[in-house]
Amino acid sequence: MAECHEADQKRWNNLRKVLERAGPFCHPEFEHDSDLLTFILTSCPILIIGAGGLGCELLKDLVLMGFQQIHIIDMDTIDLSNLNRQFLFRRKDIGCSKAEVAAAFINKRVTNCQIIPHFCKIQDKDESFYREFCMIVCGLDSIVARRWINGMLVSLLEYEDGVLKTTSIIPLVDGGTEGFKGNARVILPGMSACVECTLDLYPPQITYPLCTIANTPRLPEHCIEYAKVMLWPKENPFNVPLDGDDPQHTGWIYEKSLERALEFNIPGVTYRLVQGVIKNIIPAVASTNAVIAGICATEVFKIATNCYVPLKNYLVFNDVDGIYTYTYEAEKKENCLVCSQIPQTLTIPDPTKMKLKEIIALFTESSQYQMKSPGLTTMIDGKSKTLYMSAIKSIEERTRKNLNKTLVELDLRDGCEILVADATSPNTMVVRLNYLSADVEMK
Amino acid sequence: MIKLFSLKQQKKDGESSPRSGNQKKASAAQLRITKDINELNLPKTCNTEFPDPDDLLTFKLIICPDEGFYKLGRFVFSFKVGPNYPHEPPKVKCETQVYHPNIDLQGNVCLNILREDWKPVLTINSVVYGLQYLFLEPNPEDPLNKEAAEVLASNRRVFETNVQKAMRGGYVGGTYFERCLK
Ligand SMILES: [Zn+2]
Repeated sequence: MAECHEADQKRWNNLRKVLERAGPFCHPEFEHDSDLLTFILTSCPILIIGAGGLGCELLKDLVLMGFQQIHIIDMDTIDLSNLNRQFLFRRKDIGCSKAEVAAAFINKRVTNCQIIPHFCKIQDKDESFYREFCMIVCGLDSIVARRWINGMLVSLLEYEDGVLKTTSIIPLVDGGTEGFKGNARVILPGMSACVECTLDLYPPQITYPLCTIANTPRLPEHCIEYAKVMLWPKENPFNVPLDGDDPQHTGWIYEKSLERALEFNIPGVTYRLVQGVIKNIIPAVASTNAVIAGICATEVFKIATNCYVPLKNYLVFNDVDGIYTYTYEAEKKENCLVCSQIPQTLTIPDPTKMKLKEIIALFTESSQYQMKSPGLTTMIDGKSKTLYMSAIKSIEERTRKNLNKTLVELDLRDGCEILVADATSPNTMVVRLNYLSADVEMK
Repeated sequence: MIKLFSLKQQKKDGESSPRSGNQKKASAAQLRITKDINELNLPKTCNTEFPDPDDLLTFKLIICPDEGFYKLGRFVFSFKVGPNYPHEPPKVKCETQVYHPNIDLQGNVCLNILREDWKPVLTINSVVYGLQYLFLEPNPEDPLNKEAAEVLASNRRVFETNVQKAMRGGYVGGTYFERCLK
């Protein structure tokens, strides 16, 4: 077979030394085996999220470490300012998809690999897409996207009699950098701290008191925020929301910030700072990206082959002044919004007969739940829908009619999830409907 | 410590039954706002309006203070809860023109928990109480409307008259205020 042949090549001799021999520092349960090499070469698909500074490094690192089946997803296109560190891109690529150019570059340069690009948002893909990967590596600069993929991986977990099935776990290796600082972490969804458990670690966007911005500016940032927060909505110069990628918009903010700075005699407003404040950008440093991507790729290799004990589980790195790293174990939050609860399954004998009010009665009357006044929402075709909520009068009035509808009439399908909030529990509960007569005709 | 390799082989053999199709999952923001709204405990001076009951992320809060300078006024705030809630605060604007030291004529509101002091443990309820407090205790120290703040700091009687004038509909200084008595 071509694969076996490839596994014989000299090319992988260094990997063999790690994978085919025991050693004093190996994972206690490591079994050295020549099949491990074939496994990572041929049957261990990895998804890289983000094809920017970290993503380019991750892709190069992983493919050279033997992972030949990699998908890479990014919605962004290449900008001139990326070229100093996103080394898979050239001047001619400006305006093209980052994922596509990165994949084409590696496919051309490295023999026998299959990098598949996806030029879209991570939210455009569904669970059947994410389920296909052994592992997911993130090189993102967005907290929203991190939270989304984290929620997705937690939702893929399966439980049997309340016990997590390890086969349903897709590890998430997450890298992040900000200037000379970076972090790398290993998340085993359902087992170790998830993104949501440690949301406090992500610094919130820097904000300044509105009254300072309005009346007593002292910093150039105050002037820029003034133009952005107060002048833009008031004057609405282009009749659209502010877009940090539009040079016309940035130019307008720059001009107004300068006027403001002049008025208060504040030095330091530059076009670059304006760009930074609008898009909340912290300058990226190529070496920090390289270090963090290297750490992440090593973790992927360790988890895939079981050769060494993986990072446990959060590493911070700082090379502002010398080099400093520190690793600690971030703890799973007991009441984490996302990973603390095992999804409940509610078995419905006949969804053509079962009415919403009977479900609510179940939540309030059964000894298992004992809720006081549950509010129920769900997602139907990607849109949220309020099924019933008694707390808010105007919502109650307009959702009351749902109480007498059956689940089928409400368009609730087999396997769909309803969100149940109640004062008796710290978190919204996710309940999955399981229909016994599954082949019910839906309208 | 899990062993992924042996684990993945099992996965290939007994591929788990795919769950029903590609239904979109509720986001963490959605989970949290469902709880926030279900547990809204409004003071009797406040009311909410949801233009679309299916969209809990967009709504209005109406405050009708029953004491203080703004007694008998009716003030409407728009709330927009973003996808990064509760990591980021909701966006709140005052839709009623109001003569108030901490609210400007464009509807910007200077309330610390809406910006620099926001924490994810805070809820929509916290914001409602914060806004209500602004009407009971307008604060001349952190002004957005500097003129109103100066009047409040120097002469509370004049400030009170100005508030009344504005709420009845009329000019205060050079600015015209729409009537907002309930
Ligand atoms: Zn968690």
